[in-house]
Amino acid sequence: MRQTGIIILKEFFHILRDGRTLLMLFGLPVVQILLFGFAITTDVVNTRIAIVDPSPDPVSGEIRQRLLASGFFLLEERSPDIASVERAFRENRIKMAVVFPQGVQENFFRDGNAQIQLIADASEPNTATTLVNHAQAIIMDYAQQKTRGDSPPPGIQTEIRMQYNLEMKSAYLFVPGVMTIVLMLICAMMTSIAITREKERGTMELLLVSPVKPAFLILGKVTPYFILGMIIAAVTLLLGFFVFDVPVRGSTGLLSAITVLFVLTSLGLGIFISTRTDSQMVAMMLSMVVLMLPGILLSGFLFPVESMPAALQFLSQAIPARWYLSALKSVMLKGTGIETIWKEALILAGMCIFILYLGIKNFKIRLS
Amino acid sequence: MPHAIHTEALTKRFGNFTAVNGITFDVMEGEIFGFLGANGAGKTTAIKMLTGLSMPSSGIAEVGGFDVCRHAEQVKRNIGYMSQRFSLYDDLTVAENIEFYGGIYGLGFREIRQKRNALLAELTLEAVQNTLVRSLPLGWKQRLAFSIAILHKPRIVFLDEPTSGVDPITRRQFWETISDTASTGITFFVTTHYMDEAEYCNRISIMSEGRIVALDRPAALKAQFQATSTEDIFLQIARGKKEKP
Repeated sequence: MRQTGIIILKEFFHILRDGRTLLMLFGLPVVQILLFGFAITTDVVNTRIAIVDPSPDPVSGEIRQRLLASGFFLLEERSPDIASVERAFRENRIKMAVVFPQGVQENFFRDGNAQIQLIADASEPNTATTLVNHAQAIIMDYAQQKTRGDSPPPGIQTEIRMQYNLEMKSAYLFVPGVMTIVLMLICAMMTSIAITREKERGTMELLLVSPVKPAFLILGKVTPYFILGMIIAAVTLLLGFFVFDVPVRGSTGLLSAITVLFVLTSLGLGIFISTRTDSQMVAMMLSMVVLMLPGILLSGFLFPVESMPAALQFLSQAIPARWYLSALKSVMLKGTGIETIWKEALILAGMCIFILYLGIKNFKIRLS
Repeated sequence: MPHAIHTEALTKRFGNFTAVNGITFDVMEGEIFGFLGANGAGKTTAIKMLTGLSMPSSGIAEVGGFDVCRHAEQVKRNIGYMSQRFSLYDDLTVAENIEFYGGIYGLGFREIRQKRNALLAELTLEAVQNTLVRSLPLGWKQRLAFSIAILHKPRIVFLDEPTSGVDPITRRQFWETISDTASTGITFFVTTHYMDEAEYCNRISIMSEGRIVALDRPAALKAQFQATSTEDIFLQIARGKKEKP
């Protein structure tokens, strides 16, 4: 056991003395969080729109003001006819146009039927849908207020509440998502690189010739990355909380427990990768291709698992990141306890044991 | 005299390829045993089996009186190993490298400190003890790697091409260090492909295509092959190999 301690200490020396490793360890999560938070945001704010209003009157005026006061839209141009809107779309100056008919006020109060056209740039379908929904909600809201009291609105009313994320902030998705990807990347890639580096330098031979037991050797090699993984998880959560107001609603104990499971699974993957290759470069590429891509694409981070084709859904079940992300979101955002995530936790635990076993077993075979 | 190393028909096969083909030899305690052969003759595979890095396919190998398969732990406690790459940690200092390997071999904290200081003084490396190994010249790395290999007072030390890439003067000094150390009773098992170095050994064996084709004192081998130098013996063996159909 003392030998394990010495290996841990040595590994920390390696990490602390290599600027690139340190940068990668702490730069990666911070940059990713900030990048996703500020640059790659899917929230719509300050989107430029055009308003076509051939005969301005109080109704069109008030709707316009409500749209612009919402914070979602910025007025790029007001034009009397639709021709200039076309050009603005093509020149990419606007994402949406609100087109009022002739005499809205008249139509609205006399006939009770005014038609306002919303034109959105659907070359970005998700953004277009979001914009139209926002605009529609604002206009409907106005219409309801105006007609209230006169006559009860006909038909079924829907009232929408965006549970767990009232403001529909994308930070609620990407903070757990980035945390999942970064943890997997750091734990698996760093571990596989750390082990293959010893093979490349020839120091592994010396360690294997020494009386250190392989299990203690592995323990010593991966413990620093386990500790770093947990620190990085904490940093990511704090960053999410203080910069993007993403809360941790559930128990931190439970959160830590599933994180430990996931970090151990990733470490196991790293050990396993390092038993397949003797080169740092190959280990890095394997970690990237085998872990990163499925981690991002199939975990439910960018694309919901439920809307994938059946084959991919099936495939995604084999990915630890999917179960971790699902559990993480439940605990963080919904504040649920073990009673709702026991399935994810069990699957993760199973994968963790299986992968660690596989990694350690293969490591031993390579020695003897 | 008891045997430091004893093998009988030691064989290693990789699929259809037989890297080491039934080698049998003994190494006496306190002996400097040269293990010669061209690249690819099977030297490295043999040394890997003797140090427990690789399992023999068949045959017997005993190191320090322990079977390498059944008592790998005891074998490991009794051997030192230096690889041809002088495997040290580039990003650790001289002192840290010594401390690390001391710790790996289970030496106590005080013992490590004591040995570290003695070693640094002996190697006259005190001035650079806090320098990263990365910036040391190759000759110094070699001496440091050697010292680390014998730090835990092993009974048998395996040196795998310990002089590769080092200049002739440093090589000679290095062999003198080996002779001095051997006189304290440590057995050395040295592989090399520099034929002139064979002269420093008590006995040498020459491997070719996985077999030991010659084994004796250098002088006796020269007489047997009617050669003037070990280099000459080697050439004769290489030629004999070619003449075979």
